[in-house]
Amino acid sequence: MVLAALTAVAALLAIVPVAVVIARSEHGRVIVYGASLAASLALLLIAVASLFATPSTTTLPLGLPWLGAHFRLDALAAFFLAVVNLGGVAASLYAIGYGAHETAPQRVLPFYPAFLAGMSLVVLADDAFSFLVAWEFMSLSSWALVMAHHRVADNARAGYIYLIMASAGTAALILTFGLLAGPDGGYTFAQMRAAHSEYAAAILMFALLGAGSKAGLVPLHVWLPLAHPAAPSHVSALMSGVMTKVAVYGFVRIAFDLAGEPAWWWSVVVLALAGITAVMGVLYALMQRDLKRLLAYSTVENIGIVFIGLGLALAFKAYGMAQAAALALTASLLHVFNHSLFKSLLFFGAGAVLNATGERDMERLGGLIHRMPQTAFVFLLGCTAISALPPLNGFVSEWLTFQAILLSPQLPSWGLKLIVPAVGALLALSAALAAACFVRAFGVTFLGRARTPAAERASETDRISLAAMGILAAFCLVAGIVPGFFMDLLAPAVGSLVGQRLPAQTGAEWLSIVPIAESRSSYNGLLVFLFMVISGTLAASAIHRFASDRLRRAPPWDCGYPDPSPATQYTADSFAQPIRRVFGTVVFRAREHAEMPPPGDTRPARWRVELHDLVWDVLYAPLASGVSIAADRLNHLQFLTIRQFLSLVFAALVILLLVLALWL
Amino acid sequence: MALILDLAVQGAQMLLVLLLAPLLTGLVRKVKAHLLRRRGPPLIQPYRDLIRLLRKEVVLAQNASWLFRIIPYLVFAATWVAASLVPTFGTGLLFSWSADLIAIIALLGSARFYLALAGLDVGTSFGGIGSSREVMIASLAEPAMVMIVFTLALIAGSTQLSTMASFLISGEAGLRVSLGLALIALIIVAIAENARIPVDNPATHLELTMVHEAMVLEYSGRHLALIDLAASLKLLLYVSLIGCLFVPWGMAAPGTGVAAFTLGVFSYLGKLAIGGILLAVFETSIAKMRVFRVPEFLGAALMLGLLATLLRFVSGSL
Repeated sequence: MVLAALTAVAALLAIVPVAVVIARSEHGRVIVYGASLAASLALLLIAVASLFATPSTTTLPLGLPWLGAHFRLDALAAFFLAVVNLGGVAASLYAIGYGAHETAPQRVLPFYPAFLAGMSLVVLADDAFSFLVAWEFMSLSSWALVMAHHRVADNARAGYIYLIMASAGTAALILTFGLLAGPDGGYTFAQMRAAHSEYAAAILMFALLGAGSKAGLVPLHVWLPLAHPAAPSHVSALMSGVMTKVAVYGFVRIAFDLAGEPAWWWSVVVLALAGITAVMGVLYALMQRDLKRLLAYSTVENIGIVFIGLGLALAFKAYGMAQAAALALTASLLHVFNHSLFKSLLFFGAGAVLNATGERDMERLGGLIHRMPQTAFVFLLGCTAISALPPLNGFVSEWLTFQAILLSPQLPSWGLKLIVPAVGALLALSAALAAACFVRAFGVTFLGRARTPAAERASETDRISLAAMGILAAFCLVAGIVPGFFMDLLAPAVGSLVGQRLPAQTGAEWLSIVPIAESRSSYNGLLVFLFMVISGTLAASAIHRFASDRLRRAPPWDCGYPDPSPATQYTADSFAQPIRRVFGTVVFRAREHAEMPPPGDTRPARWRVELHDLVWDVLYAPLASGVSIAADRLNHLQFLTIRQFLSLVFAALVILLLVLALWL
Repeated sequence: MALILDLAVQGAQMLLVLLLAPLLTGLVRKVKAHLLRRRGPPLIQPYRDLIRLLRKEVVLAQNASWLFRIIPYLVFAATWVAASLVPTFGTGLLFSWSADLIAIIALLGSARFYLALAGLDVGTSFGGIGSSREVMIASLAEPAMVMIVFTLALIAGSTQLSTMASFLISGEAGLRVSLGLALIALIIVAIAENARIPVDNPATHLELTMVHEAMVLEYSGRHLALIDLAASLKLLLYVSLIGCLFVPWGMAAPGTGVAAFTLGVFSYLGKLAIGGILLAVFETSIAKMRVFRVPEFLGAALMLGLLATLLRFVSGSL
């Protein structure tokens, strides 16, 4: 199986040179995206077929001569390969339609299949060298895609910060694998699994830094909301929906598989970061006016939810509570899958809006539901799913996470007893704020009246893009209605990592999901969906049959004071004002300034909102200025005389030798 | 045969909550009027209002979208399903396991999500003010509610309402600090969720402080009827929920005879009446808050819920 997967990845890579040649030609787009679609589909089928198969491995004579390139397709890799390539299939299909509006196809087409191939290779790699090469390949190809429109203001800065953060993350991962390999240099994952490193704690922290910066854990998230929206929308969807999941894969692989038995306090670190990430991510999202940036910040929130599940699973695993660990890990991985579906869908929707209006700023949109009804419908489904509302899929994974939290009082350690309820509260808070965030996103963009002529002139997006969004929306609904089926697909991966799997869900009565026992908790998405459909239809038909079905159009009522100007509507900023006032005054030091000119002065009155990104101000700004001051100082070294240089080299040598002599 | 009987009981509960909901609203209004020394509308006035609204034509704003027209049905369906999943006169009904308490809260969250969207659809300033405040209130009320659920679930060892109720009837739980905290928090959340004084005023239409009524300002005719009915159902749901969790006595266990069910129905009616009267007394004795006092009020509920959960984590007996 792994050979078949590698062949498909090679096919993706083979598209790259073709894309370079035909990028500017008329059919280049269709050929490149069509071929990527086919290769991704093949990889998806291979991944689904190997979910329940025994792990298959292979070694190719590539890379380091004494190491070779090891690849392995086990249940965990198969699950993530499926997530990556389901996203890849949808994005390629979408791009066949969406890419028609691309102004610089030669900057997008060659890197797109390379990016897909990189992500698949990370998941397949079975030694540190291949993993890191694939990881860097993925980072750099996505960086090239971020820089596709490099002349747009801010994109260059986004690319620069992304490059720095990606390099720092990779450096942390190199240290992780260095510690895992130990002094003997066993660089294959099999050797790492066998060797129990004594530096497990340091390994976990470096893995958290390396994978966490790619996934977007606060405070390592700063590049994400800049870089993800800067890329073309189908690439944004891949970066947010899929690449962050590859980072989650990296963390799961290291923390659950390679690093050996976890210590209980690892989970405290993971849980604390995850809880803060979930709430901070959604609060940032609520403050954004740019639709794509809002979606990127919402990715940060969802990564927080995923890591809450992972942290719980680590805690349960450390205390040998395999059943509970299986539940927490299933919840987390199911959220990985769910988030990849609805976040891709939402980014596709944002891309459709961007194409139709040329706007990403919500304050300049509005009323699009009239011009783009189908896009509005699928985008609404995505918003409902990401807000964790039944009967869609986002609710299922959050419900499972809550159930895992409810098992945690049995944990013996006091640190966890105190932090887990707090994390539960943060998770609940982030779920409620996410609903607010997506009421705002959908309401301001699609509902109300058009705020600009561009929004007024919008037209429905093309059929192919709609098909791609429709497929993802259908997946969201199906995964919400029969979640047991998808949970069973995760069982082998979960079983291989924590030693136990959840009971098979598809056998449960009426397709319910019953994670532990029915008397404890169960949820049936199918019945909830059917009940809602039946009672809604019943109400509608009864009313139309027996009461009234007359309807008259009239001007809006608005308490008798309707104003024809669309400027009197609530905007994105004004909608967020109550929440900004409740949470933002602390978290963002939000201040509102009103400038009211004195009577007789003809200047307009102005209202200004001041927000501070504390993570940037406290952490990165001092770091950046420190680096530039140090660079300034070191600059003097350029102008030394040859004698000074030689003495410097000599001093350095002596000091190094002294250190070595004292150390050994 | 047993299945048909179970289905009949489940159906009876669905119809019961639907039919009783306006009566509870009428009762609260009547008692409030009496406390203010007014005569007040008759108890069945809400039914009359609903029937009149259903017969009237819908006056729809010119730029209202298709979503605006289906939202009343969505809100009604989600609320009705949620309300009929809360045990009223008996535990362990046929479909009681299809959604636990977390799912019931999330169903109410769905209803609110759609209603907040409806407030933004026509593009008026009143709709926007209502929606933005509603989501602000929800962003604190929902986590508080989840913390309450955590507390109760950790006491009863289950998130299934029927199991929780059976456990609490059995008296094993006894008196606990965490239960008391959870009750106070639940009452605060119930008041906020149902847009009652001091958080919102259900009786006003022309006040800058209104929340729920501002969101539904553009609705008329059958749409408004459905939304009003959903609001009544939600009030009934919260009273039933408090009854089922904190005064669970009298509910019929699954498989018991007609006598037990009759007792269950009468004790349920009694609980509803007492709940309605207490709500009316509370509402008349307190003044409405400014909007930005509400977060403090709900923050208290969130902290109480968190404290109760922490107590459960720290000690099994608190």
